[in-house]
Amino acid sequence: MPSLLAARHPLSRPEEQLVALARTGAPEFEAVLRERLLAPLHADHIDVLQVNVGKLCNQTCAHCHVDAGPDRREIMSRETAEKVVELLRRHPIPTLDVTGGAPELNPQFRFLVGEARALGRRVIDRCNLTVLGIAGQADLAGFLAAHHVEVIASLPSFRRAGTDAQRGDGVFERSVAGLRALNAAGYGCGTGLVLNLIHNPVGAFLPGGQASLERDYRRELGARHGIVFDRLLTIANMPISRFLEFLERTGNTRAYVDLLVRSFNPAAVPGVMCRTHLSVGWDGSLYDCDFNQMLELPVAQGAPATLDALLHDGRLARHVRTDRHCFGCTAGAGSSCGGATAGSGVLTPSPQ
Amino acid sequence: MDTYYCPHDLARFADMGKNRPELWAKYMDYYGAVFADGALTEREKALIALAVAHGVQCPYCIDAYSHACLEKGADLDQMTEAVHVANAIRGGSSLVHGVQMRTIAEKLGM
Repeated sequence: MPSLLAARHPLSRPEEQLVALARTGAPEFEAVLRERLLAPLHADHIDVLQVNVGKLCNQTCAHCHVDAGPDRREIMSRETAEKVVELLRRHPIPTLDVTGGAPELNPQFRFLVGEARALGRRVIDRCNLTVLGIAGQADLAGFLAAHHVEVIASLPSFRRAGTDAQRGDGVFERSVAGLRALNAAGYGCGTGLVLNLIHNPVGAFLPGGQASLERDYRRELGARHGIVFDRLLTIANMPISRFLEFLERTGNTRAYVDLLVRSFNPAAVPGVMCRTHLSVGWDGSLYDCDFNQMLELPVAQGAPATLDALLHDGRLARHVRTDRHCFGCTAGAGSSCGGATAGSGVLTPSPQ
Repeated sequence: MDTYYCPHDLARFADMGKNRPELWAKYMDYYGAVFADGALTEREKALIALAVAHGVQCPYCIDAYSHACLEKGADLDQMTEAVHVANAIRGGSSLVHGVQMRTIAEKLGM
């Protein structure tokens, strides 16, 4: 399957995505925050530097907010990666979170990991699991283990049907093989090598309770495949890019955005990731989160907008830019790159 | 009222809390406790609820628990199997009453 960009789909353009969201009649996110006296969102400090090293991926998942795939060529250069390292050197940001695409396919991935670990930072690799089995990556599990990288791996279902429907035919089997390789390297076994899984819904609905899903995953993956892991994190699908294309194609956009708005949970607002993250694009531009990055909504005017500007300026605090897609992070139990941000099961459709 | 069943009525279920809110509150407390994670996971309970919804043929419950099953990580294979369980029990219930029929017929017949 080609990316939206390669297919020249109108929704490959961020402005078309924002228009489609506005067409649903959803209120402005900022207005809802103001009503609840929660505006404006402000990032006072940075706990996590989330670096998107590019859009190249070995998969073309149906829900991908990056529109990543084998046909994408935008990847971070060595020069930009060195600026990321320099930023870490100058600022005591505790965590480097590396994402993509499949970040491991970028030649700078191992450089970034090695340098950040040498600086004593926690490093997270957002791994699609199947990358562990492709040519040239046979030593990847060992590399990650040797550098004590925390692995956050995507697995939308503990069953084949759901995983393959979202991530492509055969992905479940290859993901299980990837998990076995990580377990064999010591991940998820209580050795201190952290292996967390990500569940996101296979369709136009919100994720269920994180704790209950984790129990199901632990039991089913353990009994059927002998796989162990540390935690399961739930993430809602963001109505942008390829998931928005799915919503538009299936006539679900308005109902899904309505669901997100109806499920707005003020308790999830304090935990939204943009308040403690800074997102770096493959070209060194800066954003409040990976979703804003894909919508090409850079940090607010006045804040340093590139790695160069930030290295020169040094100001990390900033106001956060929002739009209607932000309801995806505040619906129900809340959603972030770290999973649910509020109590589980706050709002689920049941006769209540 | 054009039809006996209206999809919008599902969202009005809480209207049953009017007039006797204390009874509604007791029911909702119980309801919440029943569906909380326990010896069975929320997904397993949602699948049971989906099967019962088909057994009692409640369109509101089928709507609600089709959504709930998906949210809680069930897939269409599992949901279809749950409906077959409901169907097997409903069919079996009719069949096992046939024993009563046979008892009567055998007592009366020659």
